[in-house]
Amino acid sequence: MRNLLLIVAILCTFSLSGCGYNTLQSTDEQIKASWAEVLNQYKRRADLVPNLVNTVKGFASQEKDVLLGVTTARSRVGGIQATPELINDAEAFSKFQNAQGELSSALSRLLVVVENYPELKSDANFRDLQAQLEGTENRITVARNRYIKAVQEYNIVVRSFPSNLTAMLFGFQTKPSFTVENEQEISTAPKVDFNASNPTAK
Amino acid sequence: MISVRMIHIWVKILALAFLLFATALSKAEVAVPLLKSHVTDLTATLSVSEVTQLEQKLTAFEKAKGSQVAVLIVPTTQPETIEQYSLRVAETWKLGRQGIDDGILLLIAKNDRTLRIEVGYGVEGALPDAMAKRIIAEIIVPRFKAGNFVAGIDAGIEAIFGLIKGESLPPPSTQHSAGNSTGTHILLDNSIPILIGLIVLGRMLQALLGRLVGAAVTSIGVGFIGWLFSSSIVAAILISVAVFFISLFQSTGSGIYRNGRGSWSDNGFRSGGFGSGSSGGGFGGGGGGFGGGGASGRW
Repeated sequence: MRNLLLIVAILCTFSLSGCGYNTLQSTDEQIKASWAEVLNQYKRRADLVPNLVNTVKGFASQEKDVLLGVTTARSRVGGIQATPELINDAEAFSKFQNAQGELSSALSRLLVVVENYPELKSDANFRDLQAQLEGTENRITVARNRYIKAVQEYNIVVRSFPSNLTAMLFGFQTKPSFTVENEQEISTAPKVDFNASNPTAK
Repeated sequence: MISVRMIHIWVKILALAFLLFATALSKAEVAVPLLKSHVTDLTATLSVSEVTQLEQKLTAFEKAKGSQVAVLIVPTTQPETIEQYSLRVAETWKLGRQGIDDGILLLIAKNDRTLRIEVGYGVEGALPDAMAKRIIAEIIVPRFKAGNFVAGIDAGIEAIFGLIKGESLPPPSTQHSAGNSTGTHILLDNSIPILIGLIVLGRMLQALLGRLVGAAVTSIGVGFIGWLFSSSIVAAILISVAVFFISLFQSTGSGIYRNGRGSWSDNGFRSGGFGSGSSGGGFGGGGGGFGGGGASGRW
């Protein structure tokens, strides 16, 4: 009888406080919330692009390659179904990241080109758009950082003992995060080539 | 022999760890100062009377509108960018009211010659990035270029006030940062007393109905409450099974029962730390959230 009691007590302890079931739930929910914010901010940026392209077109229509690069990258981003379930699919996740990264570099290329057009730079409309774009990029950074933190917290719970047993039992798996390689790819400065008309897109 | 070598290795490891720690410290980011008043000047750029004047203005605005606008002047934000440092300050200070998120931070890094307006979630509509950029570029920067810092800050916060005034925010309450907890928070905050009460109730039920039935009734009750908390049926079932056994055996195995209860009331439900109460009656952040909105500029 005593033995049985002991076993029950141990089971209770493990199943409630030790198993981390609630922690798994709350961290998982945290990931969903922060991922939604990431998507939200990416969406915001994508919505800004057509306006930006049109404004730039008015002053610098000869920069066709750059403008086309931005437009294609924008449509590629739009072509990916950005669902919340994306975080459970590593392949789709990296595809989404690549598309967003391409748009990032296309946009920064555009902003480099803009430097050559003083009239455009002093245009009030363009300056507002640029401020919005900067703000959105900053929000994306913040949202991504928060997502990374949420995933880290969750992954630690999934991997550490004894909550990993619970995670296994209920099918919680580690989630992908924004990786350093992609960061590098995104943050490389765009190359300005003065020599030939080489393709700028991609 | 071996143990001496082991000790040597350990000493080396410890020394290395200490070295790493020291280098990490020397490269550390600029610390976030304590929030004591609306205006924090770490560079002694403003005179005492200027600080008081700005402080009065900001306090009056907070009383009238409820929004918290704070000014911070630091020498530098290096090695971080002004955006990173500014968000860190905003996250630590928690300007703005909880749930309304109407805090604004005007950060000036004097030696870097950069400044930023960090905008809380709730006022991003009233003060969008483009407007923040305009305030910086057209109002503050020209005055800073002329070396007139107080005029730049004053005109800047006036412009911010003008935009926030037009926004319909909830009226300021006399006792800010106290309330705002919804029904679930009250439940969560009191989860431990509720659970203890349920155990006591379980005992009484057992006395009335007999051990088995009483334990069953209690466990179902607790399971239901657990379901409300964790919104997961599996967790609720686990809880109610555990409670069933605990209340079944609590009259027989007293030592073990205490063990069991102690552990699950500690960890099973975590009563969240809601509301970062303002410190010591003075000025403090109300718990507002920031998401990186705003604009930066240089002069």
